[in-house]
Amino acid sequence: MMLRIEGLYKTFNEGTVNEKKALENVSLEMEAGDFATIVGSNGAGKSTLFNAICGSFIPDAGSIELDGEDITFVPEHTRSRSIGRLFQDPLMGTAPHMTIEENLSIAYLRASRSRHSYFSRITAKEKELFREQLSLLCMGLEDRMDSPVGLLSGGQRQALTLLMATMVTPKLLLLDEHTAALDPATAEKVLDLTKNIVSARSITCLMITHNMNQALTLGKRTLMMDGGHIVLDVSGEERRGMTVETLLERFAAGAGEKFDNDRVLLSSRTEK
Amino acid sequence: MTGFLTAGIIRTALEFGLIYSLVTLALFISFSVLNICDLSTDGCYTLGCAVGAIVTIAGHPVLGLLAAMAAGVCSGFVTAFLQTKLGVQSILAGIIVNTGLYTINLAVMGFSANLSIFGTPTVFSLFRDLFPGDWWKAWSNLILLLLLVLLVCALLNWFLQTRLGLSIRATGDSPAMVRASSINPVFTTIVGLCVANALTALAGSLVGQYNKQSDINLGTGMVTVALASLIIGESMTGHRSVKWRILGAVAGSCLYRFIVSVALRLNVPTEAFKLVSAVIVAFAIAAPQAKKAFALQRRKRAMIAARTKGGAQ
Repeated sequence: MMLRIEGLYKTFNEGTVNEKKALENVSLEMEAGDFATIVGSNGAGKSTLFNAICGSFIPDAGSIELDGEDITFVPEHTRSRSIGRLFQDPLMGTAPHMTIEENLSIAYLRASRSRHSYFSRITAKEKELFREQLSLLCMGLEDRMDSPVGLLSGGQRQALTLLMATMVTPKLLLLDEHTAALDPATAEKVLDLTKNIVSARSITCLMITHNMNQALTLGKRTLMMDGGHIVLDVSGEERRGMTVETLLERFAAGAGEKFDNDRVLLSSRTEK
Repeated sequence: MTGFLTAGIIRTALEFGLIYSLVTLALFISFSVLNICDLSTDGCYTLGCAVGAIVTIAGHPVLGLLAAMAAGVCSGFVTAFLQTKLGVQSILAGIIVNTGLYTINLAVMGFSANLSIFGTPTVFSLFRDLFPGDWWKAWSNLILLLLLVLLVCALLNWFLQTRLGLSIRATGDSPAMVRASSINPVFTTIVGLCVANALTALAGSLVGQYNKQSDINLGTGMVTVALASLIIGESMTGHRSVKWRILGAVAGSCLYRFIVSVALRLNVPTEAFKLVSAVIVAFAIAAPQAKKAFALQRRKRAMIAARTKGGAQ
């Protein structure tokens, strides 16, 4: 088992009028190489779940295990050695005033912590590796290694972030609507890159999306969250038989209310 | 021109510019690189001067510089610890440390506001005695400071390209990225502020040995001056590579000293000097914005002119 979450609870602003039960008894198991998508309306607890896995906060109750190791109380920066993460905002995952090469070398720190001292610099061999990896993006970035990342487009920056998150194969990759802020063509390109990288190295991956079509076609498993619970978990035959409509129906049944998210409805219509 | 600004005045301006450039480099690390407002600069500068003076009086001027840097590291550590581990806002952390340092500085100087180090050798006098000759006597201070600042620049440039240096830069540049990579922002912030304050204290100890005295109020207004120098430097070099930004900080500091020298030559009375400094600082900080506004006005006028020409046809 690569990821095992058991009985996770998190309440924000406990005891005030703004009390929000963000996670309520969330349990989830993922095999190594599992690729699951997560859907759910805003405030369902998807991002909170990601934050809990990354260690942005320590849960009120429950435990998180990654590759057999209990990481519930491990600090965020230690966890991020084995967890790759992409945000919705393409500008968040990179440092704008640093060059492409410098950004990549920071991502590479994860692997090289034991092999390099604090005072080592980027070696020629690493530069070659970075160039090689960049060329896989097919964006010509390998010839702009000395440019500040701030000069790149949002799509290029998100592709670069993807590369940084996976350069050293993570045990778990968390994608938080990472193509939502990109234009359709760029979004597709970044998504293709994601699919290729994840399948080529069989990375265990969780992806939040508001696109119902993506939720059913990407990966092997679809999760749905609502009000801090996982209300649906389908895979295999059951998932193959599902359409966007049945998924929406299941949601309504599971949550007991209409799934009123414009973005969801919009994308379910346009993406087919 | 030679009458207005003599070689001696230019030399003194350069000497002070180089000494203060170390404080500017410290602010470059905290303000530009780490994106933190470290207001403990004033106190830390005086701390460096006081500690350096005490060790110099004991007969070890070179050790005085190193001891001052060590004291600066301690001061930086406290400031960083307050804001990372104890959640004190960065501006507040600096002010708190600055206030506390006043008493500590007094204590270091044996609870007197003034400390004279006349009659004991300083790094400047030791360097001057290396070679005979009038020319050397006149220029040795500048050469020593130039060598020292160049060494600091080279080391800083090297440091900011190492893995640790890159991590420090990322900490100030993109907090979200740092969280997603394996960098511990608490550690990088502490290291960054320790290095920055070591440079501030080094400048303080150099000024102490240069002036042959330490004064409790020496550092007052230092942070403003260094910030102005930094901004002058950054408006000259722009956001280019680290190497250029480091050199820009040094150049900005020297330029600021020149402006001050000119003001002095124009017989600005000493009582008015704080005001003059403040005006220079305000101008330096406002200059890039004013430049932008002028450019916009010019473009607007050109566009309007082009439009009326087009309408006439």
